[in-house]
Amino acid sequence: MNIRALPLYATIAIFLLAYLICYMQFPAMLSTRVIGNLLTDNAYLGIVAVGMTVVIISGGIDLSVGSVIAFSGVFIAVLLRETGMHPLAAFALLLAITTLFGAAMGGMIHLLAMPPFIVTLAGMFLARGAGYMLTIDSVPIDHAFYETMQRAYYLMPGKGRLTLLGVTMLASVILGMILLHRTKFGTNVYAIGGGEATARLMGVAVGRTTVLIYAFSGFMAGLAGIVFSVYTSAGYPLATVGVELNAIAAVVIGGTLLTGGSGYMFGTLIGVLTMGLIQTYIVFDGTLSSWWTKIVIGALLLMFILLQKGLLRLRISH
Amino acid sequence: MLERILMASVAVFSLGAGVAGAQTIGFSQIGSESGWRAAETTVTMNQAKERGIDLRFSDAQQRQENQIAALRSFIAQGVDAILVAPVVATGWDSVLEEAAEAEIPVVLLDRMVDSSPDLYLTAVGSDLVHEGRVAGEWLVSAANGEECRVVELQGTTGSSPAIDRKKGFEEGIAGADNIEIVRSQTGDFTRTRGKEVMESFLQAENGGADICALYAHNDDMAVGAIQAIKEAGLKPGEDILVVSIDAVPDIFQALAAGEANATVELTPNMAGPAFDALEAYFADGTMPEKFIQTESKLYTQADDPAGEYEARKDLGY
Repeated sequence: MNIRALPLYATIAIFLLAYLICYMQFPAMLSTRVIGNLLTDNAYLGIVAVGMTVVIISGGIDLSVGSVIAFSGVFIAVLLRETGMHPLAAFALLLAITTLFGAAMGGMIHLLAMPPFIVTLAGMFLARGAGYMLTIDSVPIDHAFYETMQRAYYLMPGKGRLTLLGVTMLASVILGMILLHRTKFGTNVYAIGGGEATARLMGVAVGRTTVLIYAFSGFMAGLAGIVFSVYTSAGYPLATVGVELNAIAAVVIGGTLLTGGSGYMFGTLIGVLTMGLIQTYIVFDGTLSSWWTKIVIGALLLMFILLQKGLLRLRISH
Repeated sequence: MLERILMASVAVFSLGAGVAGAQTIGFSQIGSESGWRAAETTVTMNQAKERGIDLRFSDAQQRQENQIAALRSFIAQGVDAILVAPVVATGWDSVLEEAAEAEIPVVLLDRMVDSSPDLYLTAVGSDLVHEGRVAGEWLVSAANGEECRVVELQGTTGSSPAIDRKKGFEEGIAGADNIEIVRSQTGDFTRTRGKEVMESFLQAENGGADICALYAHNDDMAVGAIQAIKEAGLKPGEDILVVSIDAVPDIFQALAAGEANATVELTPNMAGPAFDALEAYFADGTMPEKFIQTESKLYTQADDPAGEYEARKDLGY
């Protein structure tokens, strides 16, 4: 058995067990409606977590993504309000900006040899501030194309909706899986996460890969911003505060090693769904404080960190 | 049919002993950012308990995405109705449409959304201008035709309660030439700022001798101002009349002590009228008005302030 995959199995087991407990208490939890909701409501988080997984496996961190999502929503809303631009053109422009933004952060991390924590922290303030520069209000988006996107769903048996947003998230995860597990880039990411010096000796173009990693995270944050703007049909500079931390939590619950070098994209999807499941359970119950979501996530995080420490020891002793 | 059975068993599971016919209503609250909102939550839960409603409560922690997710979960759960105090006005169309398609009526509490009114059953809220008007009208009758110079403590500059409560008060005193607002400044809705600004008013107006009444946009500023009046050696409630808005517990203590004269209530009981509207709707399909205005009740020293304080102090203000 592959020891590296143990956290992934643990994640899947915990998710299934949690779902079983939910189902026993509330049979309505096992409906296509709830499954559709889990995908739709967590679409933006799932997409941004795909980028975060790549970053964390490379041993880095990207704190800017929550602010980038908020910036994206505001940017699109203001652009559509001020110009007659088609949303698709606005999306293309936005993705170019966020990708470049990510690439610039990656470049600084590599060239100045600065910790990703500091560089992306600066990026976080920069993006949030840029959003505030555009507007301080919640700007509604009413464009026919937005309505089309919101109405785009496949009605599953049992009235559950498989929405465009949910499908975008699943597609992002698949894209991330291919990128991480089937390309040269993915191998390089794991190599850098395992140790930069070793990676360099192995002939990995560390600088280029670092830039690409953060550019990818920026792209995913932009995509999550688009999805979030469709989700709320508005842009609001105060939105998604702290989502970067939720994304990190989802990645770690998904079994990725926070120090880098080990992890699976599929685990991240399960991590996101587990967090959504906890939230859904608390709403279904209706008497628990919503803050229990945070407490349970905290406990899960702690458990996974301990599990990883234990595995690390196991590996060393072998 | 299957869904019904599932829903019924959900009710039984969660209640332990589900009363047949008991309604399940989901309530998505913004958060607990102010004492008033905490009181609204408490009152809603109490109202639900009194009426035998099974209330599912969800705190959105000030985030719209949490609120949308909660609404979707309520729909998936098949609740009978949904109450929501929306955190922002925009972005509710699609989830409200889902509720409409599932034939679940939605009632907005306290704040509005910019969606089409067809998508919700009704909205329950207070009319801020009316609150100011009630305060102004009280002062007109209290002054009883005598010359009265009023100082005004405004709320946060530019906020809608500050604008509307000022406008309403001015409407309330419009016909009375004996009443005049001589000074008006912002006290930011806070106790400390209310006290500071009142101190400067007192200095500017001949140590307070030229002031006949104080109008504060909320009770907190009035409580601060009362302190300032006392420190200046005057008797609040007698030398200077004090009227404010909100009806929080502390102002009732001041009323009971004779240090304040009147307050206009911004009731935390938005859920009561909402449940009434829902009951009528479920009973025979009565469509309520699209906006249900809550009563802006006036409380004076004659309205048993000590009793009102007792009734409110545990609501979470």
